[in-house]
Amino acid sequence: MAVRAVSTPGGRRLPDGPTAAERQVALLEFLLGSLDQVGSARRVVDWLVETGASPRAAALLVDHANHQLVIIAERGLPGITDLTIDLRQEQHPFVRALSSLGPVSLAREPQLRLVLGDGRMQALPLRAHQDGQALGLLLVASSTRALPSAVAWSADRLSEQLYRIRSRETLAETQYGHERLLLFNIINAVSDPVLLTDLEGQVLIANSLAEKLLVAPDDASEGWRRAVALNSMLFSAALTASTISESGGRRELLLVDPLEGSDLVYELLSTLVHQKRQGSYVVSVLRDVTDLARARVEIDESYRTLRLAQAKVREERHRLDLIIDSVADPILVTDADGGIVLLNAPAEKMFAPAHDSTESAARRVRANGANLTSFVGTLLASGTQDRFAGELTLTDPATGAVVPFEAIAGTILSDQGELMWVVTILHDLTEAIEKARLYEQLKRASIELEEKVHEATAELAEQNELLRRQHIALEQASSLKSQFLANMSHEFRTPLNAILGYTHMTLQGVAGELSPGQRRNLTRIDSNARHLLGLINDILDITRIEAGRMPLTMSTFALGDLIREVLLEMEPIIARRPQLEVVLDIKRSLPRLRTDRQKVKQIVLNLLSNSVKFTEEGGIYIRAAYDARSRMALVTVRDTGIGIAPESQSHVFEDFRQLDSSPSRAHGGTGLGLSICRRLAQMLDGGITLDSQVGVGSSFTLRIPVKPRRR
Amino acid sequence: MTRDRRTAPLILVVEDYDDAREMYVEYLTFTGFRVESATNGVEAIEMTQRLKPDLVLMDLALPKLDGWEATRRLKSDRATAHIPVIALTGHALAGHAERAREAGCDSFITKPCVPDELVSEINRVLEGRHAAGAADGAESSSAGKRRSRR
Repeated sequence: MAVRAVSTPGGRRLPDGPTAAERQVALLEFLLGSLDQVGSARRVVDWLVETGASPRAAALLVDHANHQLVIIAERGLPGITDLTIDLRQEQHPFVRALSSLGPVSLAREPQLRLVLGDGRMQALPLRAHQDGQALGLLLVASSTRALPSAVAWSADRLSEQLYRIRSRETLAETQYGHERLLLFNIINAVSDPVLLTDLEGQVLIANSLAEKLLVAPDDASEGWRRAVALNSMLFSAALTASTISESGGRRELLLVDPLEGSDLVYELLSTLVHQKRQGSYVVSVLRDVTDLARARVEIDESYRTLRLAQAKVREERHRLDLIIDSVADPILVTDADGGIVLLNAPAEKMFAPAHDSTESAARRVRANGANLTSFVGTLLASGTQDRFAGELTLTDPATGAVVPFEAIAGTILSDQGELMWVVTILHDLTEAIEKARLYEQLKRASIELEEKVHEATAELAEQNELLRRQHIALEQASSLKSQFLANMSHEFRTPLNAILGYTHMTLQGVAGELSPGQRRNLTRIDSNARHLLGLINDILDITRIEAGRMPLTMSTFALGDLIREVLLEMEPIIARRPQLEVVLDIKRSLPRLRTDRQKVKQIVLNLLSNSVKFTEEGGIYIRAAYDARSRMALVTVRDTGIGIAPESQSHVFEDFRQLDSSPSRAHGGTGLGLSICRRLAQMLDGGITLDSQVGVGSSFTLRIPVKPRRR
Repeated sequence: MTRDRRTAPLILVVEDYDDAREMYVEYLTFTGFRVESATNGVEAIEMTQRLKPDLVLMDLALPKLDGWEATRRLKSDRATAHIPVIALTGHALAGHAERAREAGCDSFITKPCVPDELVSEINRVLEGRHAAGAADGAESSSAGKRRSRR
């Protein structure tokens, strides 16, 4: 313990040692300059010891707040250095001393001996007024009852000093309390719950809103308590999590309204506050975001709706794009300033440079753009018109080909009538122009063709006329030929008539009896003349048929009668072949025929005479029948004659054919007979067929319709 | 073949070709007819009107006036219309027969016609005339297969 050298603040050391008065002044100066109870008390204790007023001294102060008497300064009394006495120990000598009016001698009580040692001590209560409460005790050593005046003086001074300081402190304390109230009002006025808690979430200070959430009054219902307990738990948990972040992070906190039971959503803002003396605290502000949360949900909903709407719009837009892109014609939308707002794929080809486009392609794109701008400009300059059609020549950026377009533009106006967009649709005219060109070509070709047809027609007409004339000439020639032949046959007949007539007459003995030689010779003349007549008649028939001058004379007759008639006529010839059997078979089913009787007779006669001519022995079988299916009458003349070789069968019906030239003399005939027969049969809508085998015989069949066909 | 020379039918043969005319005349006379002859149409009409023969054998191709016209005239004359006319022609073309019928011929014979056939046709026509009083051109045929038309 320092015994001397005590420096005073601002004091000065006197070289010759201070006087008692000077020491008092120094103490007073010090005390006046100090507002510290502890420092003041220590100074007084030091002064007592140093001035020799009391070799030992100590000062104790009352701590009202803690109901304690605390030692704050001592000199020469090491036993009481850390002494603290509870004021409620009313029997304690120090406590009793506090309530005495004057100095109290401290009895040598065992409990004090430990503290004060062996020396006699007195306790002086320190009070400013006689009736005032003691603020402390000053312990001084005294061998006598009476105390030195310096002790009493210094005790008074310390009392005054303590009082003065206490008064100031009380004032300050009152001011603090006021401020504290104000502050409390302020935090109560905050519309959010505000709390000061320790780190574990134990509430130290809470405003009314926070209390409402976290503190249940004594008369609270069970539900309220439970809600409060739940809220406290939730809050602590949130705080624990929150304080980890240290910087006072925000987090959402869901609490329950203890009265209403509804959910409350708070945003928790916690700030960690460090204080050296009191340790760490957490200040929490709960911001009610229930409405905000609701609003947020609504916003979320709106946002989702918006997103859906946007998606729909996007889809619409996509679909529209697809539709627009699928149009083969370029479509563009430009705004009022001529900027391109939208283009479909074909338009892109013309107006948007490809990312890999060449310089020339880019130039063409720019030229196209300029063309379009000028076109749209013309449209806008035209004023009131909201549709505008024109032609526009662009260049294909890729190929450089010039493409003519028909452009149709329309304006889109806003509700206020302002021009918003211009929609331009371009239609490639290349094809149309090509078509028009082709059409023109076609027309030209058609005209040419028509001219050619005209020419050809004229030529044809000319040729027709020529042919007609030729035909007439030919007809005339034919007619002349027929006429000539007819005349010729007449001319032949006239002498022949005489030859035959005279021969006949002579044979009949008109000019007297004949010798057998004469008769034989005349018979030969007669036979040759008749042969000549046959030739002439055949030639005449062919001529008539060819000239179409063989008319048909229709009649109805029985074919059987006709055949019998022919046989009768042929009787003389048949008689010359006595070994020849002639058999006639006429079917009963055979109907009467309606056709040219004379022609049928001529054919049958011809077939029969042929058979007789070429059949030396055996038989001739004539069969007449009706074929119901074809409605034809069939006349078959079969013989057992020499027959006709297969390779010759097709020739027998040709003009002037006789199969063998040598028998022709033997058999006679012109070779026209079968040819005439076939022609006649064809005239009657019928025909003649042949079935023959060499050495076996021939079979000719004539087919004639029983009724003429309708023509 | 024996007929009374005075009552035998009188046949007028009209034919410009002498050999034929004479042949018919000879044969008809040989057969027993009374026979007169003419060489052209004009003569034929004159003789028919004058002699009123029982039958006229008329060649169609005649000089001066052809057989068709001569026949037409005879048939349009009341005095001679009843006398049958047998047309005789070397032309076998269809038109001849038709025209002959149109002209009024009672029968039609195509040359060549052997005397026998001619006689039988004459007899047929005469018999028909006597029997029915109407001429009906029956058929006349020859080995040449020519035929008159109805």
